[in-house]
Amino acid sequence: MTSTIDSGVAGPPPLKDDKLFADQDFRTSRRTSAAERPRVRTGGVSTELVTHVASAGLGALALVWLVYERLVPVTGTIGFWLVWYAVFIVMLAAVSATTLDRMAVTDRVVGALVTTAGMVMVSALAGIVVFTFVRGKGALSHSNFFHETMAYYGPDAGLDKGGIYAAMVGTFEMVAISMVISVPLGIATAVYLSEVRGRIARVVRVVVEAMTAVPTIVAGLFIYSMLIIELGQERSGFAASLALSVSMIPVVTTTAEVVLRLVPNGLREASLALGTTQWQTVRRVVLPTARPGLVTAVLLGVARIIGETSPVLLVAGSTNELNYDPFHGPQISLPLFVFTGMRQPLDVAISRAFGAGIVLLTLVVIFFALARIIGGRAPGHTSRRQQRRFARNARALTTTPGEQP
Amino acid sequence: MSTLTEGPPAPVPVRDRRVIKSRPTTSDRTFVAAARSAAVSTLVIMGLIGVFLAIGAWPAIKQQGFSFVTESQWLPEAGTFGISSLLWGTILVGLFALIVAVPVSFGAALFISEYAPRSIKKALVTIVDLMAAVPAVIYAIWALFFLQERLLSVAQWLSVHLSGLLPFLSVEVPDSPSSYTSSAFIAGVAVGFVVMPTMTSVMREVFSQAPTGEREGAIALGATRWGMIRSVVIPFGRAGIIGGIMLGLGRALGETIVVFAIISPMFEFTTHPLESGTNTIAAHIAIRYSESSGVALSGLLGAGLILFLFTLVINTFAGVVVSRSRSGAATEI
Repeated sequence: MTSTIDSGVAGPPPLKDDKLFADQDFRTSRRTSAAERPRVRTGGVSTELVTHVASAGLGALALVWLVYERLVPVTGTIGFWLVWYAVFIVMLAAVSATTLDRMAVTDRVVGALVTTAGMVMVSALAGIVVFTFVRGKGALSHSNFFHETMAYYGPDAGLDKGGIYAAMVGTFEMVAISMVISVPLGIATAVYLSEVRGRIARVVRVVVEAMTAVPTIVAGLFIYSMLIIELGQERSGFAASLALSVSMIPVVTTTAEVVLRLVPNGLREASLALGTTQWQTVRRVVLPTARPGLVTAVLLGVARIIGETSPVLLVAGSTNELNYDPFHGPQISLPLFVFTGMRQPLDVAISRAFGAGIVLLTLVVIFFALARIIGGRAPGHTSRRQQRRFARNARALTTTPGEQP
Repeated sequence: MSTLTEGPPAPVPVRDRRVIKSRPTTSDRTFVAAARSAAVSTLVIMGLIGVFLAIGAWPAIKQQGFSFVTESQWLPEAGTFGISSLLWGTILVGLFALIVAVPVSFGAALFISEYAPRSIKKALVTIVDLMAAVPAVIYAIWALFFLQERLLSVAQWLSVHLSGLLPFLSVEVPDSPSSYTSSAFIAGVAVGFVVMPTMTSVMREVFSQAPTGEREGAIALGATRWGMIRSVVIPFGRAGIIGGIMLGLGRALGETIVVFAIISPMFEFTTHPLESGTNTIAAHIAIRYSESSGVALSGLLGAGLILFLFTLVINTFAGVVVSRSRSGAATEI
């Protein structure tokens, strides 16, 4: 080592012990710096944030408790928490300002506000569902609720008498008739818009858009004044189905059109290149590819109309009798049952209305979940069963009858 | 070049060009005819609604003339009726619905698209869609038995403490809670909950389409999360915000059952929205249809027509605005 320095020649590799030493030094220095500066966490919740939020929340609670209760003798729960929230936001800003700069404080306050909005949304839905279930479970616990009607009982009858059977029949028939009307019409219109694409396609699209804007009450009033006043028909479930169809057709059409547009063009071209006609392409390629999406379109339409009250109120009439015939005589539906029940000043009637509300809510959730599960698949996705069928067909084509065991 | 021009001119087979014409088969012709007739029947249904409403409303409009939109009372037996108070009530309820729904929807949409952890994002989107599918009658029963009594104290507090500052918040008998029960305020707040999910899902969709590159650029330049939202997400989604609000407003104006359940009908211009008594066009139709005939029914049809025109204009505007934002035209790079 000394000799090389003496000779003035620069640049031999440092000796082993020197290198080791330097390396060790480097490692220790890195270790100490790591201990001083903790690793930056890009996500998650820091203890500082928790401390700030908790202290602001508790401080606001204490302050509001003191001021609100003394200053304002007329107190309500909502008012109290609104004031608490306002004070909490101010305090959060103040507490955060002790460690953060202005921009970070703004960021934190906005984060708190936005998170609250999300929580309000979720708790509103949870509140509605829980409230309906709590108030209605008394009616649901009697099995007669599902298979009896209110024909022989007044609205003040106990919960062990009467039920929603007539309303369930009415809802089922009205929705079924509306589906019979709107599903073929809606899907055929969607096929026209996306496959045929004729001259009037633009107009049709605009008109379908306009149809979504028709308030349901106006659709009901239209059917009421045309069918019942002008044509002298009696109030019936069928009339209600017509009014509901006005709401259902645009939902089915717009959803189905979007789904049909998602079918890859290559599939259409491949089919046409094989020499098929347009009808064969649509029937054998486009519609089967889009089938899950089309089912979703139908289910969304059903979920939309199953809870509609105002058109049914106008044209179906209201009855306690069980009426299986949708074409003659008034019918009642589940939403209408809820609506008439909740307007009566009787606890049992209201309780029954909540019970019917639970049934209605459950039906909507079922349809919605089905639409989600079926619609979650991509267009052209083949299920296990379809794959097995394809495999079977392929085997049948490749193996000659003589070879089969 | 010269060698090319020297050669014989290439034959231009102009007249021999094959004319390609499609000759549809019978099945194709049937298919096209069927699809077209379905489309036409949709047109016909919609046209029928419009024409029938217009024809049905004509006697009332002819009888009342311009006072159909300026008269506030609804007395068809006495020959004077108009929709001005109904229109005002509709707007008032829609306004309160917006006051409640817009901040919550905006915040919730931002939360879902920007703040929510990835693990719960999907669940939140489902919850919002599910909330949009909950029938209005469920909102109505919840509003009637849960929301109404809790909002009474809020309305009373606002009226007692702020009416000196804002005179329109005053009511005639501020001490009695029954002065506040069936007001435009409470109906509007209830309708606000109904339209919240519609607004949220439109806004969320537009927010989530804000370009990733620009978001990353903002973060890389040192922006906080709110800075990124303010400089990238909101400018990009501005059209979606307006469109979502408009769509929600269109739904709020046509909402019937929730308003019907809360209000007590009144035919005056109320400048005190906290005071009981108001009316909207949709609720008015639902209340009066069964006792109306002749010119009174015609008046209801006229009211329905005007409501429809309102919602049509608002929805069309919203649709145009939202579709423009989806094309990405709002982004400036």
